[in-house]
Formats: sequence, structure tokens, C-alpha cells
Amino acid sequence: MSIEASPAVHAGPGLDLWWIPRGIVLGLIAFVIFGPLANLLLWTVAERWYFPHALPLDYGFSYWARVFAPRGNAMEALANSLTVAGLTVVVSLLLAVPAGYALARLRLPFRALILVAFLIPQAFPNLPVYVNVARLFYQLGLNGTVPGVVLVHVTHGLVYAVWIATAAFSAVDAELEEAARSIGAGALRAFMDVTLPLAAPGLLASAIFVFLESLDEFTGSYFVGAPDVNMLPLLLYTAGAGGNYQVASITALLLLVPSIGFMLVVERFLKSDVLSKVGR
Amino acid sequence: MPLPFLGLILVLPALAVILLLFVVPLAASVAGAFEVGGGFGFGNFVKTFELYTLDIVFTLVIVALSTAIIGALAIAIGGYLTLGENPRAVALLRWLYRWPMFIPFIVVGQVLRTFLAKNGLMNNVLIGAGLIDPLQAASFLDWRGIVIAFVWKQTPFVALLVAGAMASVDRGTLEAARNLGASRVRILVEILVPQVAGTLMVALVLSFVTMMSVLSVPLMINAQSPTMITADIAFRINAYGDYGVANALGLVSLVLSAGVAVLYLRHSVRERA
Repeated sequence: MSIEASPAVHAGPGLDLWWIPRGIVLGLIAFVIFGPLANLLLWTVAERWYFPHALPLDYGFSYWARVFAPRGNAMEALANSLTVAGLTVVVSLLLAVPAGYALARLRLPFRALILVAFLIPQAFPNLPVYVNVARLFYQLGLNGTVPGVVLVHVTHGLVYAVWIATAAFSAVDAELEEAARSIGAGALRAFMDVTLPLAAPGLLASAIFVFLESLDEFTGSYFVGAPDVNMLPLLLYTAGAGGNYQVASITALLLLVPSIGFMLVVERFLKSDVLSKVGR
Repeated sequence: MPLPFLGLILVLPALAVILLLFVVPLAASVAGAFEVGGGFGFGNFVKTFELYTLDIVFTLVIVALSTAIIGALAIAIGGYLTLGENPRAVALLRWLYRWPMFIPFIVVGQVLRTFLAKNGLMNNVLIGAGLIDPLQAASFLDWRGIVIAFVWKQTPFVALLVAGAMASVDRGTLEAARNLGASRVRILVEILVPQVAGTLMVALVLSFVTMMSVLSVPLMINAQSPTMITADIAFRINAYGDYGVANALGLVSLVLSAGVAVLYLRHSVRERA
């Protein structure tokens, strides 16, 4: 990314030669981002495609019909993925809202350490941990169940939930809550009526983060969920490993849609005043 | 109730989840790394370094290289979004850069596996543009593919946090420097980057450790040797049921990640003190 020189170099009114380097750089970025996505879309409608052919030999929707067949396992995987992600959000927020409020507002011993503790599931390799979790869950009868997978996803998503919730509560002016208290509102009332609504956009952002993190999660689902709880990432992986790029690409597309939808609206929820407080 | 206790009670349930479902199994895996037969010893590590030294170096180089590229790109993107003087170009970039951010790793793996393959769109465009001839078309599905996948997926996340922090830097300082004749590159390097260093570090540490634990990308893009530690762990368990060496490999990647996390922790504790 080049930073252009001062506007004094402009060739004249209406004609801005700096659009040439700008256009090239932006065009390259666009290709790097949309090229792979276009390739994926091609694969979803390719009936036959192999090297050295630049484009698919036949186009069609027969793989879509196969994926969405009533007896196909994609619909089951989709339903499982959405159920797990929804439950993960509910459990994560129930844990993260009080924790985030305490971290943002109350005097806590070892505050920095507590904040970093939520980073642990992201900071250490998950794979050996999930193997041991699977062993533990097997003894408890949680292996291969939806609650088991939800618990694994909650652990993994808590860093987003707690860190963003903390940032969201920090960004709310503490004096507003104090004002509510001084005119007679109880602590809980002031929190529910003043702080919580003001922090809501940030909390919603953290909820969506957790939701997408859960949809994305592969390693934990693989060890704790599979094969009893089939989910979209597992379906994608098995289809791709079996060389069925069409089914893998269609599944990938199903996972892409919510992710890109959120990307387009994220800044409506995550304002820079909240963003600048993440991790602090 | 005194306030510190109320705070601790509010934090406790979330901390308990982390403790029971992550720290305890993590400890079990660390202990498992030293378990040989019925007793304890370093046998798993001897075997690990015999078989996987190359993969360990490979992993560290790939993740460090990706982190460096991600940091540089994120600073460039954040810097342009903050200092760019053409509103239309800034708006275009703002719209463009975020697309890969929330795309799941497993989808990134599948998307780039098709894009970087020999008959993928990348080679087709290069051939179509006359830059290479069809015989030169090579698959990028090796270490380069993994780096590309990591950079592709993680840059927007780091850039979003960095750009957010840059946006909250006092505009007056930037304009004063501009009026004194400082170039925008100089403002970026000498004013903006130091001011957002904390956020940049957090974002890069998160990215580093995320990349250290991704299983799907190495499995899908580069499953042949040398590969990343995560793929080796999955292989040890799936093929041999060898939890000892798998846990030892886990401990190695844990030590690498912890090194980076400790760097951050020391930095942030010093800052808060």
C-alpha cells in the first residue's frame, strides 16, 4: 500500500493521475480477495473440471440437488451447526456479561491476569486439549452430544465474549450509571436501564463473534462431536478429503454467507470507541 | 459486600469454565507428554525431536513469517484509512479489506486449495495475462499456500483493530505534524504506530496463537512432509493412537505460543503498573 504524495502533484482539476497507482493497488487487492471466492463459486456449479482445463467442462446444479436432498446429511449438518452456535451464544453471554461488567467497572485484584486468563484457550494449542476433553466427556457421557460440543465452543469463544463485553462496558460513561444511582435507582436497576442498553451494540457484536467462531470451529467438533453430531465444517472436511470439491465448495458457501453478512455490518455494532478498548 | 468480592463472584463462573474445560485438560496433556509406559520420562520427546524437528522449525518459520506480513499489511491498511486524503479511495479500501475476516479457516482452506491449485483461477489469470505459459503453471499448495492462507484470513482482523485504534488517535496532533511538513509515511511510522503499539501487539499475539492451533489449513493445503505441528498431532492420534508423542508435540507448540504470550504479558503488565 503506497501512501500518495501531496495533492500538489495533481495534474489538474477533474483529472487525478494518482488514480493510476491507486487503481492498480486497489485492483490487486480486489483480485486477491475476490479471485479465490470466484473460484469457489465456479466449483459449486462445475459438473466436470480437471487440469489442464481453465474452466469447468460442464455446468449444472446436480451437486446442489445432492446436497439438499431430504436424505442428504447436509441439512442435518446445517441444523446441528445452527443449534450449537445459538446455544453457544446464549451460554457465552450469560457468562461474559457479568464478567465483562466486573472487569470494566469494579475494583478487581489481578485484573490483568484475569483478562489474560480468557486468552488461554486461544493461546495454547487446542488439539491435545480437545483430545483430553473428549476423554473426560466420554466418562461423563457428554461425548458425541450437542451440550458437549456447546461447552467446547463456549470455552473457545469466551475470549471474544469477555474481551469485547469488557471493552463495551468500558466505553459506557460511568457517570451515567452514577447519576442513575444518585436519583435513587438500585445497582441492578441502574445496570439494566442505563449501562446494559448503552453497551448493547458492543454486546451484540460479541454475540455475533461467538456465533461465527462456533460455526467455524473444526478441531473441537471433530474430537468431541464426530461422528454423532455432524456439523458443516466436518461435512466440508470429509467431502474435500474425499476429492468431492463440489460438495465441499457448496458447504463452504453455506458457511460463507453468514460470515460475509456480518462483515458488511460489523462497524455498525463495533464503534471505534469500543474497538480501541479491546484488550485493555 | 465489599466490592472486590462482588467483582470476583461475577467473574468466577466464566473463569471456572476456562479452568475446568481448558486448564485441567491442558494439564492432563502436559502430564501425558512425560508418560512413558507406566512411568514418567523423556522418551516421548526423544521420539518427537527424532521425527519432527524439521516440522517444528517449519511451523515456527511459517507462523513467524505470516505474523510479520500480517503486521506490515495491517499497518499499511490502517495507515491509509487514517491518513488517506482521497475519500473515494479510502472508502473503497475500507469496503474491500474486510471481506476475508470472518470466513472460517476451514472455508479458507477449501477456497485457497482450489484457487492456488495448478488449474486454479490464479494460474489461469496469469496465463491469460500472458505472464507465464501453461507449462510454467505450478501449484502453490505447499508452505507458500499456508502462509497465503494465514495472511489472507488474519490481515483484516488485525487491520480492523489497528485502524480502530488509529482512528481514536488525536487528529490535532496528526494535523499539526502535517502542517509542520511531515510526510504521511513519517507520521505513520513516528506518531501513529507507536500510539497503537498496544493494540497492534494484542492483535498480532492473538493471530500468532490462532495460527499455531489451526488444524484445517495445513491438513487441506499441505498435508505432505514437512507440515505443521497440528497436522502431525492429528496424524499421531488417528494413525497410531500415540498420545505420548502427540502430547509432547502439543507441549512444544505450547512453549512456542507461550513465549509470545509472555512477551505480550510483560509488555502489558508494565504498561498498567
